[in-house]
Amino acid sequence: MKNVDVTRFAFTALAGARKRTFLMLLAMATGIASVLILTSLGEAARRYVIGEFASLGTNLIIVIPGRSETAGGGVVHMLVGETPRDLTLSDAMALQRGSAIQRIAPVNVGSASVSWQGLEREVPILGSSAEMLTVRHWEMAQGQFLPTGDIDRANPVCVLGGKVKTELFGNNSALGEWVRIGDRRFRVIGIMASEGHTIGVNVEDVVIIPVASAQQLFNTSSLFRILVEAKSREIVPQAIEQTTRIIRDRHQGEEDVTVITQDAVLATFDKILQTLTLSVAGIAAISLIVAVILIMNVMLISVSQRTSEIGLLKALGTPNRQIVFLFLAEAGLLSTAGAVLGVIMGEIGSQLIGYFYPVLPVGAPWWAFVAAIGVALITGLLFSILPARRAAQLDPVEALAHR
Amino acid sequence: MITLENIQRIFPVGDQQVHALRDINLHIKPGEYVSIMGPSGSGKSTLLNLLGLLDHANSGTYRLAGDDITSLSDEQHAQLRRERIGFVFQFFHLIPRLTAAQNIELPLTLSGVPPEQRHKRARDALTAMGIADRADHRPDQLSGGQRQRVAIARATIMNPDLILADEPTGNLDRASGKEVVEILEALNKKGKTLLIVTHDPELGARSKRLLHMVDGKIVSDEQQNAGES
Repeated sequence: MKNVDVTRFAFTALAGARKRTFLMLLAMATGIASVLILTSLGEAARRYVIGEFASLGTNLIIVIPGRSETAGGGVVHMLVGETPRDLTLSDAMALQRGSAIQRIAPVNVGSASVSWQGLEREVPILGSSAEMLTVRHWEMAQGQFLPTGDIDRANPVCVLGGKVKTELFGNNSALGEWVRIGDRRFRVIGIMASEGHTIGVNVEDVVIIPVASAQQLFNTSSLFRILVEAKSREIVPQAIEQTTRIIRDRHQGEEDVTVITQDAVLATFDKILQTLTLSVAGIAAISLIVAVILIMNVMLISVSQRTSEIGLLKALGTPNRQIVFLFLAEAGLLSTAGAVLGVIMGEIGSQLIGYFYPVLPVGAPWWAFVAAIGVALITGLLFSILPARRAAQLDPVEALAHR
Repeated sequence: MITLENIQRIFPVGDQQVHALRDINLHIKPGEYVSIMGPSGSGKSTLLNLLGLLDHANSGTYRLAGDDITSLSDEQHAQLRRERIGFVFQFFHLIPRLTAAQNIELPLTLSGVPPEQRHKRARDALTAMGIADRADHRPDQLSGGQRQRVAIARATIMNPDLILADEPTGNLDRASGKEVVEILEALNKKGKTLLIVTHDPELGARSKRLLHMVDGKIVSDEQQNAGES
């Protein structure tokens, strides 16, 4: 029997039981579509987070006070904000001397009330330097960022986030105005462009002041972080080495800071989200398995409903293996059609999600396609071997007598 | 053509053994026209199934065209059925979703004959049966007589030399039954060996040789010349 004829015969058999075939296709397609949609959601989340990190710059090194690798104490110190030795502004300035280091930006954070003409708001305050703008790839809407020059100069100037500006000034011009932050007065020299969230800081809702001013405001000499940008991605390891060495030299030979790279954070997130994607895909795969078991059931029903047809095929001299082949072809056709339908449904689903949540870069990864279709086809066929063999092993006389 | 020696067929029914065929000895020459009659349960259908290789004897020897085929494999039996035996059933056994032409083509399709050739042979067979205009009708759009003619066309499309008919007119009205019998007899005249199992004495009387079966035994085997009409 020619393959074309086998396919056509299986096709007419499926077309002959329209409702059953349709329901079967629906089950199969739903299984595949759910695998695809869920993995594409997981992938979207992963790509989104990675995209966010990449926007921070991939040659970024972050210096955190405290040692996270020393057993026990370090982590606790970091969590409660206690460190054996603070990071200071002079540490930051010292880092500038590293040959692999392009620029540094010290960071200090706190919260203070900001007021203008009777309007007052509690706002996160970010103390930093002019370098920050470049390091974090931020953009200005109006005016300018913090002045360049000595970072230990406490200039009374500030840059407002877009939301803070609107809340305090409404439609009035803010540039050049004096606002009160805590118990000090600062002149507004710039407004941040609203470029959405970057990991950790919402630029919209923050006031940025020179780091030295922030230290005075919060009455501290320590820093929250130092952001270090390596000259290029390749020499990030040297930059780390230099950073660690410089800080150690300044801290009496004690390595009491943690240096993490953007890549390390990225890799961790990547791993977490990949695992997440795989586990939701696994859950979705259960529906695929259910669909496959349904296929087996449908094939068993098909065999018992077509007993007399099988008897006829035998009377016409069809060898047993050909009967097996005919039923497997039917299952294969069903699985393939279900898979194709499922991929289409999955794509439509993903596109819909992408339409309603444009930030998410939806789209199932290639391995999800391969896995979903592969599992559908292979298990679909595997689970149909039993019904097909049952058909082939029918006794022709009894099968023909079956009405 | 066919030689049966000491054929026994025993079915276990519950914890009893039912002798469907007891010690059958039978010789049928090529081109013979044989009717098998007998009451229900006399074993005539079992005999036909056995001759058609749908069933196996428990003991005894079955020679088809001189070859002992008792011990052949299932696969070889299937091949013999495909190439040498045509079945005609009481309930036609047409596949409901296939057209008349496709039903006739089925044996050709199963043995891998290319489509153009298949279509031509099916068309010729339909014309020979006088139902060429019914080629694209499905079985449920055909009358009983037309269905049986499609079934006969299917049984003969592979050009077998043995035709086995189990109550071929059992489900037909008188007129179409007669037509069907005439078609079968015409095939016999062209040299095909024809075996008909029937309840109908009138049909039995038409054959040149009439076997009577009772309780799994052939109780009478008579030559008759009433068949010529």
